[in-house]
Amino acid sequence: MSAITARRTSSAAASRGGGVLPWLALPALVAFAVFALIPLIGVLLLSFTSWDTLGEIQLTGLESWRQVLTDPGLPHALWVTFLIMLLSWGFQTPASILIGVFLAGHQRYRELLAVLYFIPLLLSSAAIAITFKALLDPNFGIGAGLGLDFLTQDWLGEPGLAFGVVIFVVSWQYIPFHSLLYQGGVRQIPRSLYEAAELDGAGRVRMFFSITLPQLKYTIITSSTLMLVGSLTFFDLIFVLTEGGPGDATRALALDMYKRGFQANLMGAACVIGVILVLVGLALALLLRRIGGRDPYASQLEGA
Amino acid sequence: MTTTHTSRAAKRPATSGAHGRHPAKSRQRPNWLGGLVSWLWLAVVLIPIYWIVITSLKTQSNYYLTNPFVPPGDPTLDNYRLVIEMDFPLYFLNSLIVAIGTVIPSVLFSFMAAYAIVRSSGANRFLRGVNSLFLMGLAIPLQATVIPVYLLIIKMQLYDSLTALILPSIAFAIPLSVLVLSNFIRDVPKELFESMRLDGASEWKTLWGLAFPLTRPAVVTVSIYNALQVWNGFLLPLILTQSPDKRTLPLALAAFQGGPYGVNVPAVLASVVLTILPILILYTVGRRQLLSGLTAGFGK
Repeated sequence: MSAITARRTSSAAASRGGGVLPWLALPALVAFAVFALIPLIGVLLLSFTSWDTLGEIQLTGLESWRQVLTDPGLPHALWVTFLIMLLSWGFQTPASILIGVFLAGHQRYRELLAVLYFIPLLLSSAAIAITFKALLDPNFGIGAGLGLDFLTQDWLGEPGLAFGVVIFVVSWQYIPFHSLLYQGGVRQIPRSLYEAAELDGAGRVRMFFSITLPQLKYTIITSSTLMLVGSLTFFDLIFVLTEGGPGDATRALALDMYKRGFQANLMGAACVIGVILVLVGLALALLLRRIGGRDPYASQLEGA
Repeated sequence: MTTTHTSRAAKRPATSGAHGRHPAKSRQRPNWLGGLVSWLWLAVVLIPIYWIVITSLKTQSNYYLTNPFVPPGDPTLDNYRLVIEMDFPLYFLNSLIVAIGTVIPSVLFSFMAAYAIVRSSGANRFLRGVNSLFLMGLAIPLQATVIPVYLLIIKMQLYDSLTALILPSIAFAIPLSVLVLSNFIRDVPKELFESMRLDGASEWKTLWGLAFPLTRPAVVTVSIYNALQVWNGFLLPLILTQSPDKRTLPLALAAFQGGPYGVNVPAVLASVVLTILPILILYTVGRRQLLSGLTAGFGK
């Protein structure tokens, strides 16, 4: 029925000059084209040039590509990015599902829990990074203050520890958001499924694995897409927390791009990294879409 | 829709009472693991926040001497006074200008585009293309394009101005805003559009007179979400401005911490508290709107 209505309204709109509707989309299109679409093409074009931000932009063909691709810094940055992506996903996903399932209960105190719980969502990465930097300072942080040796480590000075801190702080910032997604997902699972399983004598663990998890499939895909694609562009947090250090232990792609471009003034090379970032992002989105069997954003289009 | 869903779900216990609880409540063991992880993580979330608040009230000398988790016996606001003297009100104003300057145009433009996309119901090839373009914009990490944005801003002679922050922020906000808003416009009953049309109202009038008021909750939600993104943004201010008086709050925080006052930990933490305070106040006032807004684009 709605399809018929839709066709009627659309033909009606078209018949009296649907010409007006495209004009309405124009401001958004122009804004998006100038500051997102043109830069997207620009990043590819600039990757074939050399530019030190002061002089002229010179066309140098594949020079910047050769420079980046032969630099051992690139595989390292890719590896760091991959590791951050994998570890933060591997830590956040189970935790977010557990918490989301718990918060989906309707007890009053859980609502209160949720209020406190979601505070990290509101804070800027810069504020979070500064807080943890001060908190973990080996001389003046809580470890020293409490006199606890295991907390008094050079958290940001040892490569392994610094990496762990980055994963932890990322989780601190984003677990609430993903728990919120899972909370919403769990609340949409039809109760009748649990009632039927209960009649069959299934226990809680069994129900979790045979009802909750499969029913959360699309939420898991959406949440994972956001986590994985999002972790490609972790910049603020790492920039303020470790600046890629110690050494280049936490120098992920986005930070590598910034450093090559705005600190080493090699804009061509930085754009090569930009192109790689875009490609990895697109590949990830396509891959997850393939796994999920549908577009993670499609549920919105279907009005689900 | 997620927003309506969230509020509906939240109201459920009131309407259905004990009956609406988790079915297995009576016979099943409670969810120990979930509870344990949730309470544990709550502590992990709250301890740093508690720590920054009490530490920001300590004097610098006290900070080194006292137990980090014991509130100061004689709390002082000196750190806040110092931070305010360090031009933080100006940075606050800059953040506010950039947030408002971004949110209003991005939401209005997105609303118009979403309206056009929904109303054409796929019959217009141009609008279909625009829609796919915005969907593609969601999958691409737009931060990867900052170098051309930087070049563009220089060529437009906007470098080191607040406008330089506003224009790209508008563009970056559009894909998600269009997606969320078009979902809500789609929920407006078709009959209402039809009756507007029979009354001879133009699309322009229908857009602002019917669709906009009916989807106001979604508009508020999208606005809050975009405002938060811009308010917390760091990369664009970092590369598109250089003068201290053009700093937004996150950049000012980093500069303050990296500057000569960086050794004064209580003062640094006072600056952190000051930047999150306005958002916390907003959060307590409009929590539901904000939380639903944060997931509106993504929830299944």
